Amino acid sequence: MTLHCPASEVDVAALVVAARAAATPLALRGNATRSVAPPAAVDVLSTRALTGITLHEPAEMIVAARAGTPVAEVEATLAAKGQMLTFEPMDHRPLLGTDGEPTIGGVVALGVAGPRRLTAGGARDSLIGVRFVNGRGEIIKNGGRVMKNVTGLDLVKLMAGSRGRLGVLTEVTFKVLPRPPAAATLVFAGLDDARAVAALCAAMITPFEVSGAAHLPAGTGADHARTCLRLEGLPEQLAYRTGELARALAAFGTPTIVDGTAHAGLWRGIRDVEPLAEPRDRAIWRLSVPPSQGAATVAAIRAERPDIRVLYDWSGGLVWLSTADNADAGAAPIRAAARAVKGTATLIRATSATLATVAALDPPTPAVGKLLAGISRAFDPDGLFGSGPIAATA
Amino acid sequence: MTMIAFPPVDMSVIDRRAEIADGLRRLIPGEAVITDLRELVAYETDAFTAYRRVPLAVVLPSTTAEVAEVMKFCARNRVPVVARGAGTSLCGGATPQEDAVVLGLAKMNKVLAVDYADRTATVQAGITNLAISAVVGERNFFYAPDPSSQLACTIGGNIAMNSGGAHCLKYGVTTNNLLGVTLVTLDGDVLELGGAALDPGGLDLVGLVCGSEGQLGIVTEAVVRILPLAEGARPVLFGFASSGAAGECVADIIAAGIVPVAMEFMDKPAIAICEAFAKAGYPLDAEALLIVEVEGSDEEMAATLARIVEIARRHDVRTIKESRSAMETAAIWKGRKSAFGATGRIADYICMDGTIPTGQLPHVLARIDAIVKGYGLRVANVFHAGDGNLHPLILYNVNDEAEAEKAERAGMDILKLCVDVGGCLTGEHGVGIEKRDLMRHQFSDADLEQQMRVRGVFDPGWLLNPAKVFPLDGRVTA
Repeated sequence: MTLHCPASEVDVAALVVAARAAATPLALRGNATRSVAPPAAVDVLSTRALTGITLHEPAEMIVAARAGTPVAEVEATLAAKGQMLTFEPMDHRPLLGTDGEPTIGGVVALGVAGPRRLTAGGARDSLIGVRFVNGRGEIIKNGGRVMKNVTGLDLVKLMAGSRGRLGVLTEVTFKVLPRPPAAATLVFAGLDDARAVAALCAAMITPFEVSGAAHLPAGTGADHARTCLRLEGLPEQLAYRTGELARALAAFGTPTIVDGTAHAGLWRGIRDVEPLAEPRDRAIWRLSVPPSQGAATVAAIRAERPDIRVLYDWSGGLVWLSTADNADAGAAPIRAAARAVKGTATLIRATSATLATVAALDPPTPAVGKLLAGISRAFDPDGLFGSGPIAATA
Repeated sequence: MTMIAFPPVDMSVIDRRAEIADGLRRLIPGEAVITDLRELVAYETDAFTAYRRVPLAVVLPSTTAEVAEVMKFCARNRVPVVARGAGTSLCGGATPQEDAVVLGLAKMNKVLAVDYADRTATVQAGITNLAISAVVGERNFFYAPDPSSQLACTIGGNIAMNSGGAHCLKYGVTTNNLLGVTLVTLDGDVLELGGAALDPGGLDLVGLVCGSEGQLGIVTEAVVRILPLAEGARPVLFGFASSGAAGECVADIIAAGIVPVAMEFMDKPAIAICEAFAKAGYPLDAEALLIVEVEGSDEEMAATLARIVEIARRHDVRTIKESRSAMETAAIWKGRKSAFGATGRIADYICMDGTIPTGQLPHVLARIDAIVKGYGLRVANVFHAGDGNLHPLILYNVNDEAEAEKAERAGMDILKLCVDVGGCLTGEHGVGIEKRDLMRHQFSDADLEQQMRVRGVFDPGWLLNPAKVFPLDGRVTA
């Protein structure tokens, strides 16, 4: 295999044209920090050399960067002006044991998000413009640099989460938010999963703009269970809101308040699923379910697979699950439980033997599968960027 | 007006009028199929009233299954289908054509389920935007996107156009508040896409359908995000000596880390028109007016407004009116919310909808004024200042053909200007027929062909709302 690292959009297009003429498939990558499969036997096109912030207008709350720009560079550029990406992208390196710099294009291609996804939306919500090279080698733009734009078909949404299957992202533009000047978290101790998810959902129906709602069961980072509700805002707002939220949730106990330096660490740990990273030989699943169904979904899986360990984010709607990586790594009961509540289960970490037999993504229904295949062909008629179910790694 | 062409009428469909009407009546109850000319006229246009076409037939199904039957029938018989909610589109999104069946969703107007723990409502597509908030209001929840037509417009139409509103600076537009749809395809397949789970996995088909202007399928149901109401909301009104000062004030508020729930801008002509109608106490001597609204508890709002007022003072603000009561709040908003109606009292107007980078505001306002004056007409500007979404209202006399054409040409020039300064043709109204022929000003042929290839996966034969969005020449057929 060959590794191509084009340094310009025009070079990307030329590479794709040549690959298409030679019928040589290309696997698309950023820096492969989210990849768990062994290197593919096909040529790899990495966007790592397409770097640099191309636009930052703090007063318009927008930022644009070439796809291979490190996420850290985008975040530092925004932070210098008191701003942030809205969706708090997680860093997969602690969980997957990968190294290298996560790229902003990789974050978009995989729809990576963190705790703030619950209220501020995911990458798909703040992404307002893309440039990419499709499977015909054409340079395509969609969306733009203004946050209200309904001109034409919204291909931006398709590119967010397209997993390198529709085209090579070359530049991405986001709307961003001011970084809240103050933050604090209410931590309720000792709630069981069902009670904890009830507390999280109860917090989300208050007007206090909770920006993170996670539950760490006993044994995930501490001996006792911790149910965490993050509040952010102006300092004078925060004192009021912590008091009011604690009052609204009095039925769940008296919370302790975490703030200051411990605060960022707590949420980084939740965002990056640090408590489940070890032991490294266990498989990791990610379930997206209706929030109120989070604990019941886990209970259904536990009935068949008692070894599971979990962490809840998004008010119960995101379940990270660690289990023994044997046979199908629990795919059958895990997928059945997610499906039962109209949720999805994605295999994030496993041995290559497991990944060879267990699909990372849920299979679509036949009617949706037909559309997905058609859309794939509409971007990449020759299947240059891979065929079959949309690949799990990028 | 006659500048915008329609696709040639398919006479083979017109010739089968009676046969098609009979076929539709076999699928859904007779009274839900309209073929009488006197009744069809009610559907000949939408809120883009300059263009009118009486459709072949109108069907008003009551269930998703009926919609699927109609879609299969129309696909088999090669009859175009134009989806319609309440017909409030300002860009001709629901304007029919003579050889088309209008598929109206008005009868499907129920709330099917509300889940407060998951903060979702499942609704039928024909429910009005405001009716959702009315139902969940009993538990102090609301549905956030608030287009000006929210009393009448349907959620299905909002999804088709990815509608915005005055409060989307904080809450986002339709696509940010839409979790799932039931989509009926031309084949009659009923697809449940997305739902209460945040990441449905695979490609974001819900995001693709939102804003697709009725060209991919018919949305019959939707799962939308509902949110708890803020404890309170309070606006402040500022009058400035120049639009530049108002624009700089907006930029500084955002730069200070404050994201108000709304920031609305009006220029001098708009202030005069609205004040004459609403008697809201707007400053008639101001060149530009800003309404900035914040949310929270009384103390929170007071603290945030104090910061905002301090910023405004740095920009030579001439008038400051901070609301101190619900009545004052209503007065401040009354002028802005009646802007379109008040304008309609003094003249006919067309409402444009481009978006610009907010930094370009003073330049663009000056250019708009020059463009419209160049055609011998007048313009009033109301505008969502936080996100750069302009709504120039070009005033003209609808009975004067020459003036109507001038107004239309001025509008097109303004939209091209929006694109030229880095913005786009439409921020929240959609392309429809109105902006269709300007698409090449914003997109390359390759950009448009890529969109049309995706469209072709759903509708290879151009049967779904075919007159809209893409220029009639150069269309990709699958």
